[in-house]
Amino acid sequence: MARMKFICDAERCIECNGCVTACKNEHEVPWGVNRRRVVTLNDGVPGEKSISVACMHCSDAPCMAVCPVNCFYKTDEGVVLHDKDVCIGCGYCSYACPFGAPQFPSQGTFGVRGKMDKCTFCAGGPEEHGSQAEFDKYGRNRLAEGKLPACAEMCSTKALLAGDGDVVSEIFRQRVVQRGKGAEVWGWGTAYGTAATKQGA
Amino acid sequence: MRKILLLSAMTAAMALTACGEKPQDKLGAGSDKPAAAGTGVAAFTAEGWKAGDQASWSNHLKARANYGMNDHQRAPK
Repeated sequence: MARMKFICDAERCIECNGCVTACKNEHEVPWGVNRRRVVTLNDGVPGEKSISVACMHCSDAPCMAVCPVNCFYKTDEGVVLHDKDVCIGCGYCSYACPFGAPQFPSQGTFGVRGKMDKCTFCAGGPEEHGSQAEFDKYGRNRLAEGKLPACAEMCSTKALLAGDGDVVSEIFRQRVVQRGKGAEVWGWGTAYGTAATKQGA
Repeated sequence: MRKILLLSAMTAAMALTACGEKPQDKLGAGSDKPAAAGTGVAAFTAEGWKAGDQASWSNHLKARANYGMNDHQRAPK
């Protein structure tokens, strides 16, 4: 049985935000809600690292553990989804999630916090697959269409990998073995200089 | 005597009504079908797999991930 996972390759991510745009476009996510975002560490400093972050579809998801109305469930493919008809918008999941995945739309009277919205691994929700109701509440169900999440498929450098954990970890392993790490990575010396050129500078 | 017993039983049943609990099973979440079932919308469905066949769906996604994301496999050796 497949267990769907994301991996973001920090050596490849160029902070283009293509994944964020692909996600927002694919699911027509409203303003103020970002199911995915790019986080950069040491921004502007040589050697900065960026990763694309969304719901990681945890095997032991803390959002599921704290939800008072038990609106979360895990699919056969290992994707953590939630039922918006059950969600009361309390925000406990937001505090519990270490990745900041749960998002809350703020439109409406006095900016009232609405039902939680998060990355679905492009797997829709509990509504009928491919239905308008599913699209309106959760976005497109690409998994049921035989496709992988739009963010990963649109990633220009293939930094973001998505799919069965066994498959993506093997792709990542193959990359790491071939390119090495740190200064061994192709292009590192060109971009940031080698130890020898730094001494001469 | 029988009337008193019946009346007291009815009174007790009425008094304890509030102690009951309505079923609180959630219906939505449990009704989600597996992704391999497909959407039934041919226009958006990727070709190369059969809806309802779990193995076919898994193999299709595996091939799609390798083709789309594994550039080491695609690049000429």
